[in-house]
Amino acid sequence: MIDALAPLFLLLMVVCAVAALSVKDLLSAVTVFGAFSFFSAAFFVVQDALDVAFTEAAVGAVITTVFFVCAINRTVGRPE
Amino acid sequence: MRSTFGSPVLDAATRLLVPFMWLFAAYVLIHGHDSPGGGFQAGVILAASLILLRLVRGQGSRPNLSSRDAVTCACAGPLLYGGIGVASLLSGGNFLDYGVLPLPMDPVQVRVIGTLGIEAGVMVGVTGVLVLIFDVLAPWDDGTV
Repeated sequence: MIDALAPLFLLLMVVCAVAALSVKDLLSAVTVFGAFSFFSAAFFVVQDALDVAFTEAAVGAVITTVFFVCAINRTVGRPE
Repeated sequence: MRSTFGSPVLDAATRLLVPFMWLFAAYVLIHGHDSPGGGFQAGVILAASLILLRLVRGQGSRPNLSSRDAVTCACAGPLLYGGIGVASLLSGGNFLDYGVLPLPMDPVQVRVIGTLGIEAGVMVGVTGVLVLIFDVLAPWDDGTV
């Protein structure tokens, strides 16, 4: 049953990746990329790679999102 | 951050979350033998809690890790890892051969303690590095790193 979910997660990963590339707003792209990381972690769980899934969920979905948002915050031009 | 975006809701949620994140990090570190997890994941969880505190309550929030302490952690972690390796080398074994460490315990227990020691080193190092990366990226008001 749970193995049948693997193609679904892969498909959602592809959808998220394409969406992250095609979206114009950078913050939206980062959010969609977080969703990509989440589906990637779910795919690893289905593949019985719990350790990798754990790391992907912690680093990919949380830490890199925060780092990307900080980096975008630095690139946006401000009047001062 | 230019200004902290703290609100009563965020503040209350942070107060509730952070102790459990620390507890979970400790669990992931100690239980990493028998279940998914280990030093790296525990360090990431600990760093996530510290970054959450910084985001919600600002740079000077307490309890938190200052940037200087983060540098110390980033250096102390690898030092702990390598120190245990060299200590087992000096005790007559191979590098990172914890079983020969001169502790008054069963060799199996010494091995477990040694593994826990290097995992703790990994955790401290990862926490320090991640907090430091965030501090360098975050646009603090006063320009301090």
